[in-house]
Amino acid sequence: MKKGKKLIFEMSRPGRTALDLPANDVACGPLDKLLPSRFIRKTPAELPEMSQPDLMRHYTGLSTRNFGVDSGFYPLGSCTMKYNPKVNEDVCRYPGLSQLHPLQDSGSVQGALKLLYEMEQYLAEISGMDAVTMQPVAGAHGELTGLKLIRAYHRSRGDNRTKVIVPDSAHGTNPATCTICGLEMFGIKSSEDGSINLDALRAAVGPDTAALMLTNPSTLGLFETNIREIAAIVHEAGGLLYYDGANANAIMGIVNPGDMGFDVAHLNLHKTFSTPHGGGGPGSGPIGVKKRLIPFLPVPVIDFDGEKYTLDENRPSSIGKVHAFYGNFGVIVRAYAYIRAMGPDGLRRVSEDAVLNANYCLSQLKDIYHAPFDRFCMHEFVLTSLKQKPYGIRTLDIAKRLLDYGYHPPTIYFPLIVEEAMMIEPTETESKETLDEFISVLRRIAGEAETDAALLKTAPNDTVVGRLDEVAAARKPIVKWTN
Amino acid sequence: MNIPKELKYTKEHEWARISGNRVTVGITDFAQSQLGDIVYVELPAAGTIVNKGKSFSVVESVKAVSDIYAPVTGVVVDANQVLSDAPEHINKDPYGQGWIGVIEMKSEAELEGMLDADAYGHVAAEGGH
Repeated sequence: MKKGKKLIFEMSRPGRTALDLPANDVACGPLDKLLPSRFIRKTPAELPEMSQPDLMRHYTGLSTRNFGVDSGFYPLGSCTMKYNPKVNEDVCRYPGLSQLHPLQDSGSVQGALKLLYEMEQYLAEISGMDAVTMQPVAGAHGELTGLKLIRAYHRSRGDNRTKVIVPDSAHGTNPATCTICGLEMFGIKSSEDGSINLDALRAAVGPDTAALMLTNPSTLGLFETNIREIAAIVHEAGGLLYYDGANANAIMGIVNPGDMGFDVAHLNLHKTFSTPHGGGGPGSGPIGVKKRLIPFLPVPVIDFDGEKYTLDENRPSSIGKVHAFYGNFGVIVRAYAYIRAMGPDGLRRVSEDAVLNANYCLSQLKDIYHAPFDRFCMHEFVLTSLKQKPYGIRTLDIAKRLLDYGYHPPTIYFPLIVEEAMMIEPTETESKETLDEFISVLRRIAGEAETDAALLKTAPNDTVVGRLDEVAAARKPIVKWTN
Repeated sequence: MNIPKELKYTKEHEWARISGNRVTVGITDFAQSQLGDIVYVELPAAGTIVNKGKSFSVVESVKAVSDIYAPVTGVVVDANQVLSDAPEHINKDPYGQGWIGVIEMKSEAELEGMLDADAYGHVAAEGGH
């Protein structure tokens, strides 16, 4: 490892300890009297032995190598790495919320149920749906729940539809969800401009069509302007429309999946509604549904009779539970705080600013990087390294070079339908200065590609660890420390 | 691009070498170049019944995980166990040591739908499917 950081095992010295345990003051017999012999170690565990200051410096040192949206710009396309306001963290730590037990009687947790109930109402309004379940704990989990609802709906009508249409620009989770759900994925090719090919869609739908899964704006950051016609084609064939809400940060308060014709929609609270994600999750992927799917929603459903909130488990057509209790409550509280702090006008401005920021960056970069779709984008956009190809530079090299400048690189090699893609999503929370700095670094890297390609080929050069051998890591991974 | 004349091909970039009713299957040079370094191959077990056009193996590269489709219906009679430890053979020698499995086919009629080298060359030139 570069820049000399030793593994904790290499710093171990026999006999050192970080803690002095107090003398044992309870009776303690021999170990073999307390545990069956098969649970007793034959050889002592090889644990590192260190003093407390060395231990503390080791872990504090490691923690400074973390990169998050609190430490820098993170334009990871499709992931919406916006800044998470710290008031969200304060609110979710209120003892009245954080110290509840999920097995408490619903009569003693009326406030929490009210919060969940209101959150369902807010998300229903934002997504244009009739009802929402907060249970799914990730976007892909929302997809799975949504497809199960769609299947239950068709089956309730004696209709065993199994085909799910997914465009080739879709998030990889869409086809994976079809497979996990026991349905058959049918891919359709996009048009030249990256939109749904209506002829291909017409040819694909039929009496076996269960659903179309679609992201709008698409993974190219482009709004699917034919969405009403797309919805009509699928509905006329008897299928339903599933909205992958990964890109909802572009549309809040302006247009909603319900009005576009979708029947089920998920929203990623950990993207659009500013809760932590990645290693800092967990996530939350609630789904909204149109009226005809309400009977199939997961149990329990929160009911409100005007006075009391109750958890209704008696839903004979329900697909059952999809998560323990009622989803990731602490995450939902953070998103609730965000929605209440922003209000309807604030949320609309979020989307307006997210789209403005993306278009600003695109306008400042498209002369120097190839922009495959030369039109206004939504909250993110796709560039490629086509103009850098003559210098032997690939998108991977540009992404690695960004690390030297202290940026988290954008999403690369996705969407799959664009060769050497890099997908940039600045989000609404970044200032013009931050965007300008990022733009100037990307322009500088384009210059380096022409004059000093080796610098990009070997990048990152200034990080703790240099360019990794991903092939060796995948073929011959070393996952365990051995002396 | 290397497309041997004596093999049959699918639009999904598998090749097939036919010897009697035994069909040896692998992925084309074009496919391996698009996938990049292969790091893992899920081999079909001998005795498995496979259907034409359905997945019978999975190839994982640093870039993507891809299904490999059976070009014919039949029973798997052999798989290239060497690939478990050395998947790089697919990159180095896709038509030779990089073979994936052998299928004993049910009906030779299925071969008629397959592409010859020239027709596959056009598919690959268009950048795949």
